[in-house]
Amino acid sequence: MSDVKKHTLDPNKWVVLYADYLFNYAVTRVNDQDLAKDLVQETFFSGVKGKDNFRGQASERTWLISILKRKIIDHYRKINSVKGKKEVRVNFYADGEKKGSWIEERVPMHWGNDADKEIENLELKDALDNCINSLPEKYRMVFLLKTVQNYETAEICNELGISSSNLWVIIHRARVQLRRCVEENWFKN
Amino acid sequence: MISCDEATAICDKNQYGEASRWDKLRLQLHLFLCKHCKHYSKQNHIITKILGKYAPGCDGSEHLSEKEKEELEEKLKEQLKQ
Repeated sequence: MSDVKKHTLDPNKWVVLYADYLFNYAVTRVNDQDLAKDLVQETFFSGVKGKDNFRGQASERTWLISILKRKIIDHYRKINSVKGKKEVRVNFYADGEKKGSWIEERVPMHWGNDADKEIENLELKDALDNCINSLPEKYRMVFLLKTVQNYETAEICNELGISSSNLWVIIHRARVQLRRCVEENWFKN
Repeated sequence: MISCDEATAICDKNQYGEASRWDKLRLQLHLFLCKHCKHYSKQNHIITKILGKYAPGCDGSEHLSEKEKEELEEKLKEQLKQ
């Protein structure tokens, strides 16, 4: 082999040594097992293709993670730019005199005085799960990273290549939509 | 006075403890006068509480099955031949 520096690459051992690590890394970011699996595979393939570019300064694992990170950003860019992509519904007037006010038919209703007591209700949790899964992909991904995986804002922005104001707009739209969805599927009856 | 859109955006940010003091003050003033956003704020908090119970798996790790690894191994070998 031509790699005579500190670190070397040995693709024959990649699956055994890094498949789980990379898969775990990917799945906590994309929240989708199949997609995570594909990303790991693509990472290995890119690694094989680009192995001559490896300079041996970083460890094999660090090098593979940097490829995977790139794949995650690429995936995010892709879902973000799909034409005719699913968007969240508008809840506030976008312009005119009422700019920024609730659109009448989308105003939050009263959920009843006992709404707090429902927090432990597993069926409500299921309803919320369904609502999260019905979010457009880019909203779902950012929302889960921030809310369930508890990533730092800066970390998400870095990994996905978005600004923090961008992130908060996404979180805002996701939550407005979720509240509405839970209301329609749960508290309305 | 901020709009409902702005007020709820601050409320959302505040679910993660990342709203500034100035923003929180403006939100409080808005909630004082706006019944709709008051509902929103309360309901948003309920959603946050439910989600707080999600927490990722105990050991926080996900694995590929042996079969998946074997398949991956095969495909990688194909790539290496080329």
